[in-house]
Amino acid sequence: MNLDFSPEDVAFREEVRTFIAENYPKDLRAKQDSGEPLSKDDYLAWHKVLAKKGWVAPSWPVEHGGTGWTPTQKYIWSEEQARADTLAVLPFGVNMLAPVVYTFGTEEQKKTFLPGIYNGEVWWCQGYSEPGAGSDLASLKTKAERITGDDGKEYYIVNGQKTWTTLGQFADWGFFLVRTDPDAKPQAGISFLLIDMKSPGIEVRPIITLEGGHEVNDVFLDNVKVPVENRIFHENQGWTCAKALLAHERSGIAGVARSKRGLERLREMATTELSDLGGPLLADAFFKRKVAELEIDLTALEYTELRTLAGESSGKGPGPESSILKIKGTEIQQRLQELALEAAGHYGAPFLHNLGHNANIGPSYADGVAGDYFNGRKTSIYGGSNEIQRNIIAKMVLGL
Amino acid sequence: MDFSFTDEQSMLRDTVASYLADHYAFDARRAAIRSEAGWRPEVWKAFAEELGILGAPFSEDLGGLGGGPVENMVVMEEFGKALVIEPYMGTVVIGGGFLKHSGHAAAPDLIEKIIGGEAIFAFAYAEPQARYTWQDLKTTATKDGTGYVINGQKAVVIGAPYATHLIVTARTGGGQRDAQGVSVFLVDKNAKGVTTRDYPTVDGQRASEITFENVSVGVEALIGPEGHGLPLVDKVMDEAIAATCAEACGVLRRLQEGTVEYTRTRKQFGVPISSFQVLQHRMVDMFIQLEQSISMTYMATIRLSDEAPARAQAISAAKVQIGKACRFVGQNAVQLHGGMAITDEMAIGHYFKRATMIEGVFGSTDHHLARYEALSFGKAA
Repeated sequence: MNLDFSPEDVAFREEVRTFIAENYPKDLRAKQDSGEPLSKDDYLAWHKVLAKKGWVAPSWPVEHGGTGWTPTQKYIWSEEQARADTLAVLPFGVNMLAPVVYTFGTEEQKKTFLPGIYNGEVWWCQGYSEPGAGSDLASLKTKAERITGDDGKEYYIVNGQKTWTTLGQFADWGFFLVRTDPDAKPQAGISFLLIDMKSPGIEVRPIITLEGGHEVNDVFLDNVKVPVENRIFHENQGWTCAKALLAHERSGIAGVARSKRGLERLREMATTELSDLGGPLLADAFFKRKVAELEIDLTALEYTELRTLAGESSGKGPGPESSILKIKGTEIQQRLQELALEAAGHYGAPFLHNLGHNANIGPSYADGVAGDYFNGRKTSIYGGSNEIQRNIIAKMVLGL
Repeated sequence: MDFSFTDEQSMLRDTVASYLADHYAFDARRAAIRSEAGWRPEVWKAFAEELGILGAPFSEDLGGLGGGPVENMVVMEEFGKALVIEPYMGTVVIGGGFLKHSGHAAAPDLIEKIIGGEAIFAFAYAEPQARYTWQDLKTTATKDGTGYVINGQKAVVIGAPYATHLIVTARTGGGQRDAQGVSVFLVDKNAKGVTTRDYPTVDGQRASEITFENVSVGVEALIGPEGHGLPLVDKVMDEAIAATCAEACGVLRRLQEGTVEYTRTRKQFGVPISSFQVLQHRMVDMFIQLEQSISMTYMATIRLSDEAPARAQAISAAKVQIGKACRFVGQNAVQLHGGMAITDEMAIGHYFKRATMIEGVFGSTDHHLARYEALSFGKAA
């Protein structure tokens, strides 16, 4: 048992910290600070810097571009990025699709798709959920029928609707779960397809969320023609890929480092805001107690995550325990949003979305806290709702 | 012991409910809050002329329906169910409350205008530096001849963009947070020196930041005693909080019932998700929170006629219950609806937004817990 960083780890932390300070794109920083909406290029700016450095995908196997870092180094990396408020590398390609490609794809597929993911040249989106298939993902209905084209090649013709496709409005390609055998048991008839979003028959429609933002989309597929070689793994065995992907989605979801930074921001905010008694809000006994409780909860989650990481380094993949990280991680993020909204007081109410930036109504830190709170409710719903995560623990861990 | 409503009160409820069913569908409301005006003056006109409800809590001498807090409760609960944005709270409950309780010389005339739908009030009490302690005032009213000159800034004044009159709290004496020295003024919104910056709120209302720069008012602008206005503010605030609790009950009912209905129709794993026990228990807890909130709203409304400390304690107790229920029921309504509830398209998310904002209206849960503790255990506790 030892919690200290080795001298090598300390040196690594310095290296990482300096690299971020010297290389984080200045315009991106300015836009983040002012709360301006980000363009497609903005989302990819930091990704491209990291690709050049070779640090885009620390967790990939080294032969595909991973860094070979120890779990401690990966932990330091995520801590330092959060500390510097860097924009997170988009997860769709790097964290969600790539592990499926390098685990289940052919050599040809690895060669075709991994470099584009790594270099941020291809923007990927996820086509999993459907209006009728949320928590019960395996009930998905989007169907893919196999045909022989006029050119003598094999294709799937895909029809259906996907929903909650995050940032799909920017996507070049998408990874989709489709039903290739309507007669098999739900999980048995699914295939994993990669689809060019510019294919004829694809329509992406925005879903506007409660805080007024456009992040998620509906994706309609109307007779979309997909070459059979764009299928990953065997026909009707896409569920195996999906399950592996979901485990990866869960393991990154704890967001400990980001929540730590969120706590710092909350403390700053509560130092400026005044309480009912006139002093800093952070000196208010009620508020201080709530922040303290949250910090303790986050510390517990941090050490649970570290234990999971240590387990992974000894060869265990992210197991069903990663559901703990998802449940607690999202609860903590939501609690942070609750407290930020409480801290803002009256100035939580203004909706300044359409007034542009620097509206100068209330303190700048209060702008958007209500929207973050509303939108943040999604975290206990997406990636397998927290109820589903509890089912996983009950079944897979407790054996109930 | 009697928790029943009179025939008149039941009729009032039916009148409001049936009008809102016809004129306040989700889409109509959404169009209104997105319009430039941000509200529907024609609805207000209908409240005044067709329904006659703007006189609900005023005595018959004043041209009202002869009701009081219970009538406000009935109206506000129905308003909560439809997420009504028109300024009944600012005008009838608060504006009317100040006029009624102060015995101001112009009260009969102004109340007549309220009942007729011509006078619309907004309550400018909050200030940027103050949290929920309403005597924390930097705004000053300085004696000038027979009248006063008002200077200061007011924050997030709900309903101000459509108001004709403002009720403004200001210091005529004492230190920034003293109980003594608080006075209440009636200011024409178009008065010289009043500037407003209008914006929408996250729950579909409109509000303003208001600056008062050397605003001259006559002595008749003073509502209640000079320098001793705080008890009047407390009384009207307590009435406003009780009415907010009633509104919350309407919002919570829609959240709770809407969730039960949705889970019955939403199928996953081949069955309606309402068949899962973990969700059933969650919905039972939501229902319990709703029932407890209704109970506390009745209690608070009845006890508005108590003497100040007992009244305030009852009101704060109710607001704590309401605040907790708004959070629990709101969050779980969203959770059980899944992603759908976070879209702008579905009504449930809009109820959730209002419920969330009600947590902070006229004092957060923490604020009212502290107020309750001080009243129940003494300041030293």
